[in-house]
Amino acid sequence: MKKVHVSTTINGDNKEFLCDTRETLLDALRDHLALTGSKEGCGTGDCGACSVIFEGEVICSCLALAVEAEGKNIDTIEGMANDGKLHILQKKFLEHAALQCGICTPGILMASKSLLQQNKEPTKEEVRFWLAGNLCRCTGYDKIINAVLDAAKEMRETV
Amino acid sequence: MRYEAPQTLNQAVNVFSEFNGLKRILAGGTDILVQLRTDVIQPELLMNIKDIEELGKIELFDNFWKIGAGVSAANITRNKEFSKEWPGITEGVGLIGSTQIQNRATLVGNLSNASPAADGVPALVAANAMVEIVGRNGNRKLEILSLISGPGKLNMKSDEFISHILIPRQNKNSSDCYIRFIPRTEMDIAVVGCGVNLSVENNNISAVKVVLGAVGPKVIFSEEASNSLLGASLNADSLSKLQEICERDAKPIDDKRGTIDFRRKVAGVLAKRAVEKAYKRIMEDS
Ligand SMILES: Cc1cc2nc3c(=O)[nH]c(=O)nc-3n(C[C@H](O)[C@H](O)[C@H](O)COP(=O)(O)OP(=O)(O)OC[C@H]3O[C@@H](n4cnc5c(N)ncnc54)[C@H](O)[C@@H]3O)c2cc1C
Ligand code: FES
Ligand code: FES
Repeated sequence: MKKVHVSTTINGDNKEFLCDTRETLLDALRDHLALTGSKEGCGTGDCGACSVIFEGEVICSCLALAVEAEGKNIDTIEGMANDGKLHILQKKFLEHAALQCGICTPGILMASKSLLQQNKEPTKEEVRFWLAGNLCRCTGYDKIINAVLDAAKEMRETV
Repeated sequence: MRYEAPQTLNQAVNVFSEFNGLKRILAGGTDILVQLRTDVIQPELLMNIKDIEELGKIELFDNFWKIGAGVSAANITRNKEFSKEWPGITEGVGLIGSTQIQNRATLVGNLSNASPAADGVPALVAANAMVEIVGRNGNRKLEILSLISGPGKLNMKSDEFISHILIPRQNKNSSDCYIRFIPRTEMDIAVVGCGVNLSVENNNISAVKVVLGAVGPKVIFSEEASNSLLGASLNADSLSKLQEICERDAKPIDDKRGTIDFRRKVAGVLAKRAVEKAYKRIMEDS
């Protein structure tokens, strides 16, 4: 089958790949660009494990086509830590033990990052609603919510 | 599968109308990507309309709102002026999926997927919204009830697609509301939905449209329920009459999400609540 050439920006770097038009963005990230941080939990938009930030908004990469990445800006979990230094959210997830198996974690971190970009001081309820599309089978959510609230607090204090 | 992402509406009309094969529009992709994955459809052409600037806008004209087919649900609910004027349409749009889904899904996609349970549709019908359709022979406008012909089916020719939704300006002393019933608090498909648009004059109802979702092969405009409220004041009598008619007008199916009897009952209750809520909104504004 004829492949399409896609040129895109991922975590600030120019990337190019060849893909089939039916391929999802998630598959392209994982299979063509070796960015396997984004996970496939369901493939149907229900679990959020594949969350990436696409043109500034968090989306499910399993519900976008790889060809849609042409000319766009995408942030994935691989770009979250800076030069080996963890993002405040990542540190707070460790501190609060907000992960166990870790499959949901990259998606939850990306969704939380996008929340804190748009709302510096979310309430507990706002965090819960924002993350309603990110399922976690392990933690019971409380620790995740607390980690996000704590990260928001620290980010407000440090700037 | 051929993929196209035209930059202008003109290009899009040409690409889409000239292609003779199985073709689909890609808006937010939150329905169609799932359908592609499961091979429910295998289009030979998929045309992405999100890069078309003129379809990405919410515009306000003297007597109507114009929402482009590429506008995401999040951009509708974020629009303060629109959501203040049409809180019910905004409620319906805001219920579509999670944050991630909201950032992609479009109202036109919700409508075009033509699921009987689509949350965006009942309040649009109640508001007398129309769609603008583009095709080889120019534009035409169509009422939403005439657009949807059944589950997953639209009355459109093969060269046509929807460019905009047109929503009239809300009248004075009027408001709308959408409520749905789901077994969970978030992320679920409506078992029943109800959209209402209501106008009040001297404490009496002067105009009303009651629309039920998920209780038939397509949305149901209950003319009888609407007429029963016309000229009446809102009281226990008029509300229980409304409830009774909606229970009757609902034509649901039995499935794992709810039995026929349950859905009929819920349709009546939701209609009553939606009317009360729209009424309360009018009183609070005046
Ligand atoms: C996890 C999840 C949760 C969801 N929750 C809800 C919910 O709570 N309530 C609800 O109502 N829906 C829900 N949905 C379904 C879906 O998100 C909505 O129906 C959404 O509005 C579809 O819009 P879209 O832009 O993504 O459509 P797309 O998938 O892009 O398109 C849907 C269909 O419409 C056609 N189409 C799109 N645009 C046009 C156009 N301009 N002209 C002609 N045809 C067009 C497409 O070809 C396709 O057949 C959910 C989906 C997921 C994955
Ligand atoms: S894998 Fe994308 S939402 Fe589950
Ligand atoms: S940590 Fe295992 S699914 Fe969330």
